[in-house]
Amino acid sequence: MAAIELERLERRYGERVALAGVSVRVEEGRTLAVLGGNGAGKTTLLRVLAGLLRPHGGSASVLGADLPGERWKLASQVGYLGHEPLLYRELSGRENLRYHARLHGATPGRVEELLAAVGMEARADDPVRDLSKGLVQRLAAARAVLHEPALLLLDEPRANLDPAAVELLEPLIGRASGRTRVLVSHDVEGALAESDLSLGLRDGRPAPVGAELYR
Amino acid sequence: MYSKGLAPLAAAAAVTITTALALVFFYAPNDADQGFVQKIFYIHVPMAIVALCGFVAGGIFGIRHLRSGDRSWDMRSYVAIHLSIILGLAVLITGSIWAKASWGHWWLWDEPVLVSFLVVFLLYCVYYPLRFSIEDPDRQARYSSVFAITAGAFVPLNFIAVRLAEKYTHPRVLSQTGGSLPGEMRLTFLVALLGMALLFVTLWKLELTAKHASMQLKRLRNRARVAA
Amino acid sequence: MISTARAILRKDLLIEWRTKESVPAMVLFSVTVYVLFHFGLDRDSLDGELASGVLWVTMLLAAVIGVTRLFAAEREQGGIDGLLLAPVDRTSLFVAKAAALFLFLTAVELVAVPTFALLLLGPGLGGAFPELLAILALGNLGIAAVGALVAALAAETRARELIVPLLLLPLLVPLLIACAQATEPLMRQDAGTEDLGRWLSVLTLYDVVFVLLSVAVFDFLLED
Repeated sequence: MAAIELERLERRYGERVALAGVSVRVEEGRTLAVLGGNGAGKTTLLRVLAGLLRPHGGSASVLGADLPGERWKLASQVGYLGHEPLLYRELSGRENLRYHARLHGATPGRVEELLAAVGMEARADDPVRDLSKGLVQRLAAARAVLHEPALLLLDEPRANLDPAAVELLEPLIGRASGRTRVLVSHDVEGALAESDLSLGLRDGRPAPVGAELYR
Repeated sequence: MYSKGLAPLAAAAAVTITTALALVFFYAPNDADQGFVQKIFYIHVPMAIVALCGFVAGGIFGIRHLRSGDRSWDMRSYVAIHLSIILGLAVLITGSIWAKASWGHWWLWDEPVLVSFLVVFLLYCVYYPLRFSIEDPDRQARYSSVFAITAGAFVPLNFIAVRLAEKYTHPRVLSQTGGSLPGEMRLTFLVALLGMALLFVTLWKLELTAKHASMQLKRLRNRARVAA
Repeated sequence: MISTARAILRKDLLIEWRTKESVPAMVLFSVTVYVLFHFGLDRDSLDGELASGVLWVTMLLAAVIGVTRLFAAEREQGGIDGLLLAPVDRTSLFVAKAAALFLFLTAVELVAVPTFALLLLGPGLGGAFPELLAILALGNLGIAAVGALVAALAAETRARELIVPLLLLPLLVPLLIACAQATEPLMRQDAGTEDLGRWLSVLTLYDVVFVLLSVAVFDFLLED
């Protein structure tokens, strides 16, 4: 049973087609790179996989759950690291992670473990609004893996990160984590290097990966 | 799909309304106190009743939509509410005219039905901005249904509260509708009510048919565009 | 369900404590409106129906502010996704938001009601205090339930600041009627409690209907 199986997935936004004819199969533990220009539908695809958007056509099965009917099954199995850090700016890193821990049923111990893993212990009690983008991204990554999800959905995960941080985060969200991953990135070579398969998108439709994709 | 039975329905509505008009002008007696003006009652009250039923029906269609996910129920809900809002405006206007002609005031706070209608009307007016400020069609339909259900549940509660708030010293103006209508008036009233109801359903079906057709057209156009 | 509701509520209370964006604004607004009524009605003191009316209308208008801001943190900081991605029952979200609104209203009343008594109320509050508390409690419950529902309905629309008052205020009319009518005898010179039972029953009916309805439909909001 593959971790992700999409068959001619369709998603519209009003009259506009956001995704159409997207088919792909990703086995457990593998990484899929999703590439394409701005507005190609990459973020939409991630959000559908996360269960945040429902498919309008085709079929989709993620971690054994059929979308849209069984979206609720995905709840604790997906770790989403998108453009928004999903952290409350008035609360500290620790408070944010504790809150997410409570929502997912994770322990405070796990929160401390992750704060250490991403190198944020020193600033864990500063309000998020006082942190630089790089530090916020570290916290966001911690939030994404807090509940040990089986599937990681990563939208430009290394944006704003310095090389030290990238290294810190590798065991959590990189290939070394062993989790099934879907990775969206503008760094084509880097993404392809760390993935097992790739999907190119252009105007919501599958397209071959190459220079054409970004025209 | 919606146009089934439209023609006979329209015919029935036309016949009933004509009959009602005939009865109103030639059969029903002039009211002793209010004179000719009282005949507005035969339009005003049936419109009010039909509009209220329309709002409640809108809520019921909303429930069906949420349970089935089938957007055609939302369409039915939208049209029912939309027509009821227009009727509601007419209720307020005819109510006001009747009040002025009979009691000399353009508005009567004493009349719980009229007052409740004002509140209900104000509430339902928000349906349009709410609905049309949401772009995604799925979400638009879902949120509209939630509104339709909430507002539909609100209507009876509102009537109860407003009715209770009236101090019992004021005589209730519409107590005529209470059932102590003399025979001829009652018959005229019932025919008028039936005519209004049939008119509403006819317009409802008509609008649904038109919307359905234009949606089909749009879908076909899209398909052609995508295939090209 | 209760534990997630509690977690969300705790988060909302913590944020409000840090930012102080809703409650102080609602208090300030209420007091300002009392002053407006003083000038508008040209009265130094009110009693009976006028007092009751001014108190409750001001309360509802202040509630609009609270409702408009109820999902502000989620909206501004992408928090809705965080909630949607977690195994959180929509009902817990509703309970948490309604509870937050209830607590905010209570906090506002702790300041606004005595201020009202000081500024405008002729007879004073001593008369029938426990009854007033009962009315306030039931009233707040209704406002909280309807407010949370309206906040969610308007959360993603563009014209949110317009839609919230236009939607919330008509829906609250039956509650306003019941609360104002129930409070009126308490604010007379010779405070009595006539008809209190009847109005409290109407309030309870309203609360029950809207709590049940909101819980039932909340699932269909905030998802895509």
